[in-house]
Amino acid sequence: MPAFSQAVVLAASDRGQPGELGVLDTLAPRFSVHSAGRSRTVRRAWLDTFDWRLHRAGLTLEYVTGGRPAELVLTGPAGDQVTQQASRLTWPALAGDLPAGPVRDRLCVAAGIRALLPAARAVSTVQELRVLNEDTKTIAWLTVDRTAVSYPGAAQLPARLQVTAVRGYQPQAERVAQLLADAAGQDGAASGPLDAALAAAGRHAEDYSNKLNIQLSPDMPGRLALRTILLDLLDTIQANVPGTLRDIDTEFLHDLRVAVRRTRSALKLAGDVLPAGLAARFAPEFKWLGDLTTPTRDLDVYLLDYQDMADGLVSAKPAELAPFHDHLVGQRGIEYRRLIRGLRSARFARLISDWRAALSGLGPARSGPRAVDLATARLRRAHQKVLRQGQAISPDSPAERLHDLRKKCKELRYLLEFFASLFDPQAYQRAVKDLKGLQDCLGEFQDRQVQQQELREFASQMMADRDTPATALLAMGELAGQLGLRQHQARDEFAGRFRDFASPASEHRFRVLTGGASQ
Amino acid sequence: MKVLATYNIKGGVGKTATAVNLSYLAAMDGLRVLLWDLDPQAAASFLFRIRPRVKGGGKALIRGSREIDAAIKGTDFDRLDLLPADFTYRNLDLVLGATKKPTRRLARLLAPLAADYDVIFLDCPPGISLLSESVLQATDGLLVPLIPTVLSLRTLDQLTEFIGGLNGKRPDVLAFFSMIDRRKRLHLDIASQLPTERDDVAATAIPSLSLIERMSLERAPVAAFAPRSRAAECYRQLWAEVKDREL
Repeated sequence: MPAFSQAVVLAASDRGQPGELGVLDTLAPRFSVHSAGRSRTVRRAWLDTFDWRLHRAGLTLEYVTGGRPAELVLTGPAGDQVTQQASRLTWPALAGDLPAGPVRDRLCVAAGIRALLPAARAVSTVQELRVLNEDTKTIAWLTVDRTAVSYPGAAQLPARLQVTAVRGYQPQAERVAQLLADAAGQDGAASGPLDAALAAAGRHAEDYSNKLNIQLSPDMPGRLALRTILLDLLDTIQANVPGTLRDIDTEFLHDLRVAVRRTRSALKLAGDVLPAGLAARFAPEFKWLGDLTTPTRDLDVYLLDYQDMADGLVSAKPAELAPFHDHLVGQRGIEYRRLIRGLRSARFARLISDWRAALSGLGPARSGPRAVDLATARLRRAHQKVLRQGQAISPDSPAERLHDLRKKCKELRYLLEFFASLFDPQAYQRAVKDLKGLQDCLGEFQDRQVQQQELREFASQMMADRDTPATALLAMGELAGQLGLRQHQARDEFAGRFRDFASPASEHRFRVLTGGASQ
Repeated sequence: MKVLATYNIKGGVGKTATAVNLSYLAAMDGLRVLLWDLDPQAAASFLFRIRPRVKGGGKALIRGSREIDAAIKGTDFDRLDLLPADFTYRNLDLVLGATKKPTRRLARLLAPLAADYDVIFLDCPPGISLLSESVLQATDGLLVPLIPTVLSLRTLDQLTEFIGGLNGKRPDVLAFFSMIDRRKRLHLDIASQLPTERDDVAATAIPSLSLIERMSLERAPVAAFAPRSRAAECYRQLWAEVKDREL
């Protein structure tokens, strides 16, 4: 059973030395407070992924240095803590690159492929006090924590008291915590120090997500709805530029790329509600930006999948694939330099500033559809296209037909996501689920095909280098065979997946969605 | 997990002072320690400022109707917990007598604590009873404080003989001289001679020191309130010897 522990945040004015904190007077006469040693100074960094994966999972990760041996402290949703000593860590870092231990094991699951970055930094003076009962027995430990935040903004946080029960004295410790909370005017649980540090800088946790969450109202002009969507996507593009330029992890580029693709789809599918010529002016620029990101992302995908691919080899040994890995890393370096030249170019800066200026200056059109009408009309059209193209696909159809259908499915999916706030949430979830099964199958089909083509190109590039051993090319041949097999499997599954999507039940669900958008 | 008991048929020989000081030193060594104050006089509980009360009394603990875990209290020291005494412990013999296999009862109750503790100290009441037998069966090392008199040596022999006749597990006996009065020739003679002759008598002896008596005023182990004192040093030596032999 974890020990009872509760935090109390003092009023900002209660700034005396620990022994003189006004709030402690309220414990007398039943309890008295005594110092348990000198205070110590610790440095803390709170870490999370850029998309707040730990915070969303109810986890708080601190890296505490100074005084004692440096350690990682991971606190779970119920206050349970796992610690691991780890000195001289630098951030950002991938969970998998941390020293082995219980904290790393949990972080590998929670953070996945996203790097851990400091969300806040602070220096704290920590003093421990004992709370004694009438028998002068210690019944609780009181940790007084005075924290000066240095990042993301400089701020002095109000003193924080942590009351931790000595085993067997929980009722008395609860009483102490209650008396202190009452005296500090605290109602309910104290917010964590990370939230307080962020709030002091005017920020809050989970202020970035790669999931769209655009709030529209049904009656707003369609043009303003589209403007809201495009500005949200532009924010996402810009939010991911610094992380891409620093190459912190692969997902900055991925999120940036998805936001560009969504922007292009929005322009294509609904750009006609914008002032004449606007979509046509920017569409080629966003195509340029999308194309700029493709080679690096493709190589990232290869490298992310590399270990699984190597482990899946049957005939060849995983180690024989190593020259291929080296080649991927080398190519990635070349393509990444090209990418950052593009992102630092005047063309990119102009695109971003012109696009923001163009969107910010948009007012409602004199005539034009309401948001809800725009959404339903475009969704119905996109849905019809998917059905029509899908029904035309037979077992003999060339791969291009499936590629085209995949694009149409993506467009439908993006429209659903753009306008999600206008629909009944349950009907929306069901429609997305119907579509997702088909998308996964088409994605598998196309991605494996593209990877096979790329693999051939890599092989010829590596052949040109006389040092490439034959075993590496043979292993790549086996890899190509496996990719081909997976592509065939996806092709075989397609008919069934499409049948599900085009089923009367699924069609009915879609009609309910587009017919029943909240008016 | 090792179980160590401070035990003697006689009272007033320094059992509790030994249990309190050695359990404190073991915890300072980094071990996770539980001290069970089995004596209804509750001296060990008093020395740790913990009220001698267990919900449901000794009966609930021995019968297993109340988890031992829930009765444990943290002392003021890291890694050192105490299972307090209770006045009902005076009837533990009767309670044990009503259980199946009473002499194995204590060992069974302690077994689940192995995950939480490295060492358990049992501070036993004086006398020889069903409870003592149950303690002997549960114990790895029996620490027997002796006042250096001829009579108390006779008692040690009786105890050794009694343990030799027990079925099943038998504890390793380690006696040590306690409450040595430096003014008494006999004390000094016996205390210096016997450890060289017998391997069940520790080399370390604990003198009679006023600082040890002062524990009841300070309500803390000697090494906690007078860490540089001779008394603390004696207990440290004794702990080193016990650790070497039993852990």
